[in-house]
Amino acid sequence: MTEATQSPQTTARQVWIGLLARARPDRVAALLPDMPDHAVLRPAEVGAVMVRGRMGAVGAPFNLGEMSVTRCSVRLAEGTVGHGYVQGRDKDHARRAAVLDALMQTGQGPVVQADVLNVLAAEEAARRLARAEKAAATKVDFFTLVRGEDK
Amino acid sequence: MSLDLQAMTGGFDDAPVQSARAFRAALDALSRPGMIVTVTGAVPPAPLSVAAGVLLLTLVDGTTPVHLAGDWDCALVRDWITFHCGAPLVSPQDAVFAVGCWAALQPVGRFAIGRADYPDRAATLIVEMPLLVNDRMRLAGPGIADTALLSLPEVAAFQDNRALFPLGFDAFLTCGDRLAGLPRSTRVEAV
Repeated sequence: MTEATQSPQTTARQVWIGLLARARPDRVAALLPDMPDHAVLRPAEVGAVMVRGRMGAVGAPFNLGEMSVTRCSVRLAEGTVGHGYVQGRDKDHARRAAVLDALMQTGQGPVVQADVLNVLAAEEAARRLARAEKAAATKVDFFTLVRGEDK
Repeated sequence: MSLDLQAMTGGFDDAPVQSARAFRAALDALSRPGMIVTVTGAVPPAPLSVAAGVLLLTLVDGTTPVHLAGDWDCALVRDWITFHCGAPLVSPQDAVFAVGCWAALQPVGRFAIGRADYPDRAATLIVEMPLLVNDRMRLAGPGIADTALLSLPEVAAFQDNRALFPLGFDAFLTCGDRLAGLPRSTRVEAV
């Protein structure tokens, strides 16, 4: 589905499911220590997905490699269904991500957004910034080199 | 329960153990035609029987296209198979598994019977039966010491299928939580 035909709700849900998928399992557990009552529709199971890429983001797609993915589906006591797809093999992580996905669709959405998702988003941004800074520190600026004929 | 929710419940709670037991039961049934085995673990939506649901959960995945015949081709069953098995739903010619009552599966000549070089590329029919007892039709062939009795929906179609051997479709007969196997190698006659 292209972005043009996608509803804003779907786009927002993709953002938080993606955030939960990339988050550290221990951080998700720390931010949501007690899960509300829920029934497991599909128990957590580990599988692999093929990650594909495009050279320069525009070329022909190629298979980059497989990565472990764990998924789980739950239903809260009031009936909301949530799905969790997370990287790695932590089944507890997948279950918490599914519970959080379900909670985000209930009236508790704004609370979860503030207490869990915003924190995870800030941590992810800090992680990315730290990595970018570390990479930037090793950058070599070739334009400072002076060649003899420029004199 | 809403339609969505019914489609997402009723799978295995403990998939590794339950699917291994169900696979063993399916293997027993198919290698001992006439033997009726009882299976548990699935709670599929109507009109799927428990036994048919267990077979689907155990044998079907994204690489095995499924055909739903007649009343079995309803939104709830489609959603249930999509959520729990991830199998593509296809026309009879392309199906590796087909589910339905005997009348809905007719004509059975539509289903794949394999090729001379790949006889395994044949369809497996999961036939939902109103009644499944050891009665009425006599079975003979591999896996049967003398003869066995089984209430088949008809004789002629299975005799025609036996004539194609080593090609031909295989069948599971399901009723409630009980199932029996009828491989293409079994000879069938009315008692």
